[in-house]
Amino acid sequence: MAGLVETFFNVEVMAQYAPKIIEGMGITVVLAAVVVVSGLVLGFVLAVLRALRFKVLNALIVLFADVFRAVPPLVILIVIYFALPTVGIKFSGFVSAWIGLSLVLAAFAEEVVWAGILSVPRGQWEAARATGLSFSQGMRWVILPQALRLTVAPLTSRAIVITKNTALASVVAVGEILYQAQAGYSFSYNPSPLTLGAIAYLILFIPLVWLGRWVETRFAWKR
Amino acid sequence: MSGQSEAPLLEIRALRKSFGTTEVLKGIDLSVVRGELVFVIGPSGSGKSTLLRCCNRLEEPSAGEIWFEGSNILAPSTDLNAMRRRIGMVFQSFNLYPHLNARDNVALALIHVLKRPRDEAHAQAIEALRKVGLAERGDAKPGELSGGQQQRVAIARALALEPAIVLFDEPTSALDPELVGSVLAVLRELRTAGMTMMVVSHEMGFARGAADRVVFMESGAILDQGPPDRIFGPNAPARIRDFVASVEHR
Repeated sequence: MAGLVETFFNVEVMAQYAPKIIEGMGITVVLAAVVVVSGLVLGFVLAVLRALRFKVLNALIVLFADVFRAVPPLVILIVIYFALPTVGIKFSGFVSAWIGLSLVLAAFAEEVVWAGILSVPRGQWEAARATGLSFSQGMRWVILPQALRLTVAPLTSRAIVITKNTALASVVAVGEILYQAQAGYSFSYNPSPLTLGAIAYLILFIPLVWLGRWVETRFAWKR
Repeated sequence: MSGQSEAPLLEIRALRKSFGTTEVLKGIDLSVVRGELVFVIGPSGSGKSTLLRCCNRLEEPSAGEIWFEGSNILAPSTDLNAMRRRIGMVFQSFNLYPHLNARDNVALALIHVLKRPRDEAHAQAIEALRKVGLAERGDAKPGELSGGQQQRVAIARALALEPAIVLFDEPTSALDPELVGSVLAVLRELRTAGMTMMVVSHEMGFARGAADRVVFMESGAILDQGPPDRIFGPNAPARIRDFVASVEHR
């Protein structure tokens, strides 16, 4: 028992690496925030573009959504960070993770928002257009307010998933929580920094999980 | 009835519409003059609703012309949104916006299409609701209103834009029988006020008393049209008499 504590909860090691882990928390938060914002915005824009029903554009959007939902996020990050430089496109680890995870979130968000748009009855479009509203006015004032209400809960859960995936950025040398924890582990030969990392993730993400649950009940349709 | 001699407000010429290989409108000629209430009746699948929906291009006709206020609205140069605010439409299933209250349902197009200031639009919306007897229900969401009230809000939404003509697509078909009367009462008031209307409906009793002209459609064509006295009278074609009898003895 004493050995277990010594190994995973070594106070000395923890004290030594806590500042690094806290620094990693900051990077995790920033990365998660930019990924969630750009991923949701891009997914939203793609779904609205899809509603214009231009054949070629729609095929491209569907292809994008399918590819980025099918390929594991880790593979995408590695391609962006390690493979793209061979053709002269070079991003830092942080930017690679930002782009890669945003594209994955955008792919899922596009599908969710699109499903929301489709779920609004056709008569709503007809009423809007019959009173002279343009496509974009109908979208903005009639369709999206109804569609988005249905998408808040699934989008929140998707955003939480992608936020956890920021741990993958450790592979492309971003100094976020897991990267710092692993580094501490290899320097100290003691896994306590990993314990600290797990605690850091709990501190950050447990509130998000609670938020997700609240959102799900708050935005459930009262029929 | 006023102005029989003047040029028609709406004139449909040789209108055709196909869905895939099925032709649902087979060359319709029909005109509506200002202030007229034209009733379109006929068996389901006869193309009545499609005809109505072609008149504001919710459906794209396959061939023909529709002249409205001096221009062919099927011409490529037509400003669809400008045309649609002059042609009101009321749907069978109301199609109110469920996330907006009654006042905002009516005000939405006033604000975004006619660019009225918000306060003015709201005042006009309440005024339009007053005309259908619902000025007090402006704050109610559609879900809090009865079917008849919802349909009257939908009528107010169409009227608020001050259209030249209103198209009614089976406005009472989705209503419980006891609520039909309130909607028909609004139609009757509109007629008294001189509104031009084209109504697809099975309300034969109402057509008898209120329509200026009744059009009977079957299989995508107009079989006959005339004043209600004749269409509902003993000398109407047998096919029409059978149809009317079958509807009235449902």
